Amino acid sequence: MADVTVTQASPSGALLARWLPRAEAILIPLMALLCGLAVFSVFLIVLGKSPVDFYALIYKAGFSSAFSWQNTLSRVAPLLFAGLCVALPARLGLVVIGGEGAIVLGGLAAAVLGLTVSGAPAILGFAVMAIGAACVGAAWIGAVGWMRFKRGVNETIASLLMAYIAIALMNHLVEGLFRDPESLNKPSTAPLPESLRVGDMPIGIDVHWGFMFGVLACVLAWILMDRTTIGFAARIAGDNVRAAQVQGLPVGRLIIGFTALGGACAGLAGFFEVSAIHGSANGSLISGYGYTGILVAFLARHNPLAIIPVATLLAGFEASSGLIQRRMDLPDATILVMEGIVFVVLLLSETLYGRLAVFNPKFWGAET
Amino acid sequence: MTTAADIGIWGVPLAIIGGAIRVSTPFLFVSLGECLTERSGRINLGLEGTLVFGAMAGYAIAYETGSPWIGVLAAALAGVVFGMFHGWICKFKGVNDIAIGIALMLLGMGLAFFFGKPYIQPVAPDLPSIPFGWWSEIPQVQAALQVNALFIIGAVLAVVLHWMFRSTRIGLTIRVVGDSTDAARAIGLNPNTVRLLATAAGGAFAGIGGAYLSLYYPGSWNEGISSGQGLMAVALVIFARWNPVNCFWAALLFGGAGALGPALQSVGVTSGYYLFFAAPYVLTLGLLILTSSPNKAMEGAPGELSITK
Repeated sequence: MADVTVTQASPSGALLARWLPRAEAILIPLMALLCGLAVFSVFLIVLGKSPVDFYALIYKAGFSSAFSWQNTLSRVAPLLFAGLCVALPARLGLVVIGGEGAIVLGGLAAAVLGLTVSGAPAILGFAVMAIGAACVGAAWIGAVGWMRFKRGVNETIASLLMAYIAIALMNHLVEGLFRDPESLNKPSTAPLPESLRVGDMPIGIDVHWGFMFGVLACVLAWILMDRTTIGFAARIAGDNVRAAQVQGLPVGRLIIGFTALGGACAGLAGFFEVSAIHGSANGSLISGYGYTGILVAFLARHNPLAIIPVATLLAGFEASSGLIQRRMDLPDATILVMEGIVFVVLLLSETLYGRLAVFNPKFWGAET
Repeated sequence: MTTAADIGIWGVPLAIIGGAIRVSTPFLFVSLGECLTERSGRINLGLEGTLVFGAMAGYAIAYETGSPWIGVLAAALAGVVFGMFHGWICKFKGVNDIAIGIALMLLGMGLAFFFGKPYIQPVAPDLPSIPFGWWSEIPQVQAALQVNALFIIGAVLAVVLHWMFRSTRIGLTIRVVGDSTDAARAIGLNPNTVRLLATAAGGAFAGIGGAYLSLYYPGSWNEGISSGQGLMAVALVIFARWNPVNCFWAALLFGGAGALGPALQSVGVTSGYYLFFAAPYVLTLGLLILTSSPNKAMEGAPGELSITK
């Protein structure tokens, strides 16, 4: 009888087997983030700038006061949605990086639809704008999934090409068909009526509702990916397409569905940017959130819940860009360099999974 | 000043031919570099970043030294550094070459914008071009046949690479490594070293392509200098079936598509300018859809290439 209890994992062993992979999934990216920031500090020192000043300014501009939190949180929403646009297809092993295109076209759709329903009740107007933006984004990125499944076109390249096409299309439509004649220097659609501008949440600081909907989208995506059979099927298809097909899983529908869902999220980012920030669709929509979203998703290891804190952190970095330019006399691309370095170090850290003894239950004396 | 309208509608094909030669050179260099890298079994999506950084480095060094050719050399060296970095990181187990490419694309652009800020205003010397249109009296013909030396070097390079893959030991080594890591190991080759060198050389080509952008056409440095040429070149290599000479023709085709908008504009067609601007992307995507296949591996594709697996 004693033998039986030994061969079954002891309660502490089961606990370790359950929590060590989670610790690994959190601690390795965290370490990579810190190492990346350390490498960036060396970069600053070589240029004769003080990293201490730099990080102090990030804290001051992004996280120190109600005003700086307002600055940060109002940038979180597009990053949450853009991160989901990368993380959802990633569950199937697809690297989709063209979220920027869906943001731009989603924003344009929201602006145009908003003008056509400007007389309707606000709640109906918002619904039309949001659904329209989500549908356009879903069609745009879903097409990438379709090309991948039907024709075997590489989704990374296709999605980025689609982003360039989307930007050209938006420029064309905003300069022509949908142009407000009164927008002289910066071609734009006509401004949305005040009733169709998404307002701020009643939390004391000026942060628009996009933040809450972004968080909600992350939670829903997490439930879909980790708590439903669809998410489970997607994970199997992501690990091994052939095995999934043999099992009779609808791989094509999964690929197109998850890319379309990611695109819908990016489209919603465009909706909130237009309705809450810009008030019309114009060149300001091309702001790079789609690309920062790639880093958000990779740092979060494509876990929708982890996207929330990661997006907040990166939004804080980007919010401090202006202050860093003025105070430290650094170009606005400084944040881009920092993000690039963090991204590279993060990907390098992928090699550590399963190789650090600390995350092996045996290290803690558990029998397996 | 003579305008294109003087020779009527013939101005359009002429402007497209001239534009194809002008616009295709960066496509040509990046696709040859990517072809070399992919033949060794790795894909480097970061060449877009290398292209932009090469454009900045070439322009800055040409401005500082007064010699555009030293600028080209500097751009190539910068490309080597980026390529070696990619090649080195990819040798670690579990590291995805496509993801690293995306990261290096963002990092290359970030570094180029960072260091390139002071060089947006100053004017650097241009690369010289050779007037192949001397026999004609018509200015449009002369303009169309102003061919830059780098275009000719690129064309020669395509033939040389083709010969190298077919008939030399180096070419065979790269092909073996690209087709099977195990076979390469079995005959005593180190796949990581071969791929490191192939990626470094590919980076150098991409850097030169960038220097062409900033030192000849359009001929100045700014943050919008590249609009995905580096990325389209990656797609172009797939379309060219990993054959350097095909890369040359494909680059000309893409250059022609890119020249369509400006050519039509020169004869007064201005509506839909942005749509014509999208022509190269649509063409790339269309060709990818037509030439890819969901079932079988692509003809001519290196066996170890992650993008076709």
